Amino acid sequence: MASSVASSAKFVLALIVAACAIFGVGRAIGNSYAFFLGYVVVQYIVLGTAWNILGGYTGYVNFGVTAFFAIGAYSTVALYKLIPAMPLPFMIVIGGAFAALVGLGTGYLTLRLRGVFFSIATLALAVVVQTLITNWDFVGGARGAYVLRPKLAPLMGGEYVQYLFVLMLGLCVIVLATARAIERSSLGYGFAAIRDDEAAAEAAGVPTLKLKLIATTLSGGFMGMAGAPLPYYVTYLDPTSGFNLNYAVNAIAMPLIGGTSSWVGPVLGAVLVGGLQEVLRVTISSAANVLVAGVLMVVFVIAAPRGIVGLFEGKRK
Amino acid sequence: MSALLQVESVGKRFGGFVALESIDLEVREGERLGLIGPNGSGKSTLVNCICGTLQNETGKVTFAGHPLDGLAAHERTRRGVARSFQLPRPFSSLSLVENVRIPILYTVNARKTGHIAHAAIDRRCRDLLGEVGLLAKADHLPRDLTQIEMRKLELARAMAAEPRLLIADEVMAGLSHAEVDEIIALLIRVNGQGVTVIMIEHIMRAVMEVSQRLAVLVAGRKIADGDPKEVVRNPEVVRAYLGE
Repeated sequence: MASSVASSAKFVLALIVAACAIFGVGRAIGNSYAFFLGYVVVQYIVLGTAWNILGGYTGYVNFGVTAFFAIGAYSTVALYKLIPAMPLPFMIVIGGAFAALVGLGTGYLTLRLRGVFFSIATLALAVVVQTLITNWDFVGGARGAYVLRPKLAPLMGGEYVQYLFVLMLGLCVIVLATARAIERSSLGYGFAAIRDDEAAAEAAGVPTLKLKLIATTLSGGFMGMAGAPLPYYVTYLDPTSGFNLNYAVNAIAMPLIGGTSSWVGPVLGAVLVGGLQEVLRVTISSAANVLVAGVLMVVFVIAAPRGIVGLFEGKRK
Repeated sequence: MSALLQVESVGKRFGGFVALESIDLEVREGERLGLIGPNGSGKSTLVNCICGTLQNETGKVTFAGHPLDGLAAHERTRRGVARSFQLPRPFSSLSLVENVRIPILYTVNARKTGHIAHAAIDRRCRDLLGEVGLLAKADHLPRDLTQIEMRKLELARAMAAEPRLLIADEVMAGLSHAEVDEIIALLIRVNGQGVTVIMIEHIMRAVMEVSQRLAVLVAGRKIADGDPKEVVRNPEVVRAYLGE
């Protein structure tokens, strides 16, 4: 037990060092586009890892990513209108808490469903949330809402996008540390048992309903946290952008391409797909994003169903 | 011997089909009970009602003096009822050691007593795999196992929960003569460790060798219960198996 705590502490330290190094490189480049690009990729690492906690670890495929992501984003819009001076980190925590509550509620309502039936229920959730937001005038409704982004980053100076990038890096450290801790804990074994055979898991003593609720809550909460800074990033948020198909496709494609069995998978997937999409966006076509994710997902599902991680994992004895 | 498991007037329907009709069954602590019956007679449904995979609609199930009705399957496992499945259901992405680790983490370590320290869990898992002859493949995935090894993994995983009652559901189906002998020896050894065994089986040689008592289900009703040699000569049992 003591060794696993020490190992987790070392891992968190390594993540913090890596995050500082990445931020340092961004500062050295001195181009604000690097931060915009970095924000998108790191956001997808958070989103993909959050999806993977439910979809990869327990095998419950959630198609309702945009519901949780947009709950985070729109809670920031609502808080901005209610308390404009509230610091963004608080908004992220509150947005995550809302999304986690919705995740818990979704779990209670849907987790007696399995397989494709669960997935369709989550898809329906996204439609319900989008309909509610579109008709909620306080947060802009169908016409959208503007959020005035401060010019300078608080505390650290420089452009505000640098602050957004640092917050997303911090979130990424928390999410990756959580995902890795789950993998190496009783919770991770319980999730894996649910994924492989739920009835056998119950027979082995695994409280499957409780564990699935933990997974939906964590996953939903982290997705909401990933979406919470979005209004400050885009400065104008409407249902079309908040519920964009890109988020749902990428959040699923990235773990599948990187590998769902480990926390490393969503990171690799997000860097590869997210990076490639951004390069294509500025060089060839802004419409090629979803196509890239879709084609890569099809290729990996056929050629490497265990993702990039699976290609490097040695076959067990 | 006192009653460990008491099944009283248990009934279960699937729509209009009566799977179990007022079944009474008592299993005494430490005994080996054989449960037989033609396909569709309700054996697996009864096991599922005892283990909590299904909830019985009528009657009650009592284990060690405590009612099990309404409890989820994992809670019943924690109370000491373990089972193997008719078709092996391993955790396919986990190694054999990890397969056995799960009941220890979620059953043994979830109880108030008998907690196994994290550092000792791996050793306990390997001991259990060694007891069923799977130590050499402890770090393999279940896909590398033969049919009999898969059955042994099922038993090892059930035993990892440190049960008081083990329900072996057709654990010998599809095995060769020699392999059946191996499983018979294993079940008798498990029983020798103080674990009560209910064995559901079609292989009559194994049933007669293992069972100290035999119960017969036909069309959701119990038609016989008693000494195995007498039960198999019971005209009603013979008629159920061979026809008029």
